[in-house]
Amino acid sequence: MDAPGTPLVVLDHVNKHYGDLHVLNDINLTIAKGEVVVVIGPSGSGKSTLCRAINRLETIDDGTISIDGQPLPSEGAALAKLRANVGMVFQSFNLFAHKTILQNVTLGPIAVSKKSKAEADGRAMELLERVGVANQAKKMPAQLSGGQQQRVAIARALAMQPSVMLFDEPTSALDPEMINEVLDVMVGLAKEGMTMIVVTHEMGFARRAADRVVFMADGRIVEDTTPAEFFDHPKSERAKDFLSKILTH
Amino acid sequence: MVIFDNLPLYLEAFLQTLALLLLTIVLALPLGAVIAAMRISPIGSLRATATVYTEILRNTPLVLVFIFCFVVLPILGVILPFMFSAVLALTLYTAPFFAEAIRSGINGVPVGQAEAARSIGMTFGQTVTLVVLPQAIRSVIPPIINVMIALTKNTSIAGGFFIFELFNSGRRLVNENGDQVILVLVGVAAFYLLITIPLGQLADFLERRVVIRR
Ligand SMILES: Nc1ncnc2c1ncn2[C@@H]1O[C@H](COP(=O)(O)OP(=O)(O)OP(=O)(O)O)[C@@H](O)[C@H]1O
Ligand SMILES: [Mg+2]
Repeated sequence: MDAPGTPLVVLDHVNKHYGDLHVLNDINLTIAKGEVVVVIGPSGSGKSTLCRAINRLETIDDGTISIDGQPLPSEGAALAKLRANVGMVFQSFNLFAHKTILQNVTLGPIAVSKKSKAEADGRAMELLERVGVANQAKKMPAQLSGGQQQRVAIARALAMQPSVMLFDEPTSALDPEMINEVLDVMVGLAKEGMTMIVVTHEMGFARRAADRVVFMADGRIVEDTTPAEFFDHPKSERAKDFLSKILTH
Repeated sequence: MVIFDNLPLYLEAFLQTLALLLLTIVLALPLGAVIAAMRISPIGSLRATATVYTEILRNTPLVLVFIFCFVVLPILGVILPFMFSAVLALTLYTAPFFAEAIRSGINGVPVGQAEAARSIGMTFGQTVTLVVLPQAIRSVIPPIINVMIALTKNTSIAGGFFIFELFNSGRRLVNENGDQVILVLVGVAAFYLLITIPLGQLADFLERRVVIRR
């Protein structure tokens, strides 16, 4: 294990276009081991694309992304191996609909990491316990509430023992009363030193758990600072405008 | 009556039709699954190969595929037993139909499922076999059985190529019993229905059994 503070995720002059749209515009971002970075910004600013580029669910046009010093492989087994090391939690949970909760968590360890079923089951139950849904292990995803499903999705990602976790608006598909149960799990992870990149508009989470806030607009990183600084003293007009909108509604 | 008098002949032909059907399914279904996987694969050349194959075979009359296997291949020096050639022709022709049925089912599985699978480090093959196909099964069953029903009827083409299956037996019996043509054909049809009706019911049954809730 490297000490906290060594760069883990490095984006260097990353650009991506969708046709004429410049969704990622010269992105430079370094995330150190153990750091929790909240990415915030208006709809369409490229936050999801950024997240998805980091585990190469989206390709980039130019620039480099490296994880733990390794540039992202382009395809094949090397890419699969890298993805196992980068956990991802989606807005829409995406639990495997044909598998039980327990199987959702064990499928990766068994199929990808070649763990024995017994070992995978044991570890999965620990993780489900930790996110508070161990008693649902035998159910199917559709039988769980959104908040429960998202916590299972976090357990599924953790089961691969990733060195960084990406969250793309993990609470925005949830009913308000379920948001905190998911955020609490995420705060716990942050406290334990997990490296996290979290796209969210939950200011409470950002203030409680984030080391940095990255504000994106029109495909660029406009501000990159501490949560207190960002929320209390935003520098750019874009950020001030954006904050006034999310604060007033 | 002509049907009962010739029951052994009908049965022999029926078994031959059944053999054509089952052998073709056993070969064409996996081949179809491979073609479907190729068509969604990240590798462009695989996608192109599968697409071209599918489009050519789906748009060629089955008789031409039979002529290719029974006439062209021997000219090229590939001499196969008749039954082998017939199953080959039916397999080549049917696999793309299975592939399309499977592909439409795959397209019905939300992309988030495949993305989640890839994000935990599954390879393309694992994503398809462990996550996408098992969920596509339910919507894939009815179209696959439809392909099987069409295949059952298509086996009759083999009757024109030296295989003594149901259609061929009908032809022979018509020649021998010119006065009872209708009855002979009713007998032939009844044996085809003996296959296709249970297939349809199997489709209903399986569709009800394999339900995935979202
Ligand atoms: N596959 C695609 N093809 C074309 N344009 C796309 C595609 N995916 C995203 N875009 C566009 O790229 C821009 C950035 O999208 P992205 O999803 O990264 O934004 P976002 O910041 O996550 O927004 P939101 O807050 O709404 O989730 C948007 O304008 C979107 O319409
Ligand atoms: Mg988004």
